[in-house]
Amino acid sequence: MADWKEMKSVLTAPILNNNPIALQILGVCSALAVTTKLEKALVMSLALTVVTAFSNLFISMIRNTIPSSVRIIVQMTIIASLVIIVDQVLQAFAYSVAKELSVFIGLIITNCIVMGRAEAFAMKSPPMLSFMDGIGNGLGYSFVLIVVGVIKELFGFGTLLGFTIIPTDIIPPNGLLVLPFSSFFVIGLFIWVLRTYKKDQVEAKE
Amino acid sequence: MSNKESFGKTIGVVVAVCLVCSIIVSGAAIGLRPQKEANKLLDRQTNILNAAGLLKKAGENIVPTYNKYVESKVLDLDTGAFTDTFHGATDPAIYDQYKSVRKDGIRPAEDTAKLIRRPNKVSVYYVKNDAGKVETIVLPINGSGLWNMMYAFLAISPDGNTVKSLVYYDHKETPGLGGEVQNLDWIASWNGKQLFNASGKVAIKVVKGGAKPGDVNGVDALSGATLTSQGVEKSLQYWLGENGYGPFLTKVRNGSLNNG
Repeated sequence: MADWKEMKSVLTAPILNNNPIALQILGVCSALAVTTKLEKALVMSLALTVVTAFSNLFISMIRNTIPSSVRIIVQMTIIASLVIIVDQVLQAFAYSVAKELSVFIGLIITNCIVMGRAEAFAMKSPPMLSFMDGIGNGLGYSFVLIVVGVIKELFGFGTLLGFTIIPTDIIPPNGLLVLPFSSFFVIGLFIWVLRTYKKDQVEAKE
Repeated sequence: MSNKESFGKTIGVVVAVCLVCSIIVSGAAIGLRPQKEANKLLDRQTNILNAAGLLKKAGENIVPTYNKYVESKVLDLDTGAFTDTFHGATDPAIYDQYKSVRKDGIRPAEDTAKLIRRPNKVSVYYVKNDAGKVETIVLPINGSGLWNMMYAFLAISPDGNTVKSLVYYDHKETPGLGGEVQNLDWIASWNGKQLFNASGKVAIKVVKGGAKPGDVNGVDALSGATLTSQGVEKSLQYWLGENGYGPFLTKVRNGSLNNG
């Protein structure tokens, strides 16, 4: 059993200090598309966290038996199976959200965060630690998605989770924020704010 | 520990992983099937109520509203009469014509809507008012658009001729161009159009460049989506024609509904 301190650092580091989207700039594609409404962002975050955590766990459990020549394929098979299960569960219990997310759930398979953590962390670490790392990275991804989702839904529609917060007749909603590409601005601002406080994340000038 | 990189070990690990994963995936797919079917049915009922203009009235109570106002029938296109025998279900409300297409589908002789196969037993939904009189007839319509099959519900008045609305609920058209088949303004432009001309021929059409004012058979085409618009027109012309709901609607126009 790995010691508790290590687990905790693995769990919390990806949220701000080593955020997969803000620092590693991974998984941005889905973050652009699913953040127009907070509900979509929440479901997507949950799906990705579950997939990353369990793929890390299972891959780590069999890491000593996976032959290195086929390791990527084995990882992909496990990740793909998990994504299909998550997709099926969503279709069964959250049909309307699943329909809106449609292709993006399937695209978790190719999400760089999942593959990246499996290859970089789970292949070298014990199962429980890998599981925590998966949850941590999922939370890091979720944190950015939720922030972007809140900003976009609040100023794009004047609502949060469908409830009116800013009546549209007082402050007209900003139509630009409804479009997927506006996430670039919001994520950009997010990274700017983060790096203003955490100077060590600023990349050295070339 | 023996060498895990050997040929035999590699094959063994791959086969074992595939086996375990496939069992889990198929288990999930089969275990959750009833729930998913229920969701699909609910979705279809929502779309039918939407086409009939009852969605606002239904609010959250889709199923009770549907059961109260909608009577589902299955029409046999061979005989032109309603039938009680069809594949996959005993209740006409659950019958899915697009699923049964593999069982009793036929290849249309003139496949103008590019259906490839069309079901032989199709659904007809009578939407009634509180007094039990048929207020709207909802017909499922499909046909190829630019990229893929498009599915819609066509709601018409009990005169069998006047369109109430045309609601597309499943398509893969380009968002912003062909995807505008779901634009509310465009859907509203169908309201009041006549499907047939005075001699009973299918006359509804989608006019590129815009229908003339007062044209009761023409609907504006979607700009930037010529092929989608043509797909809509061809789907309607096929399904309203002799090989589709044409004979049924002729009977409706001659007063077969006995609607008092």
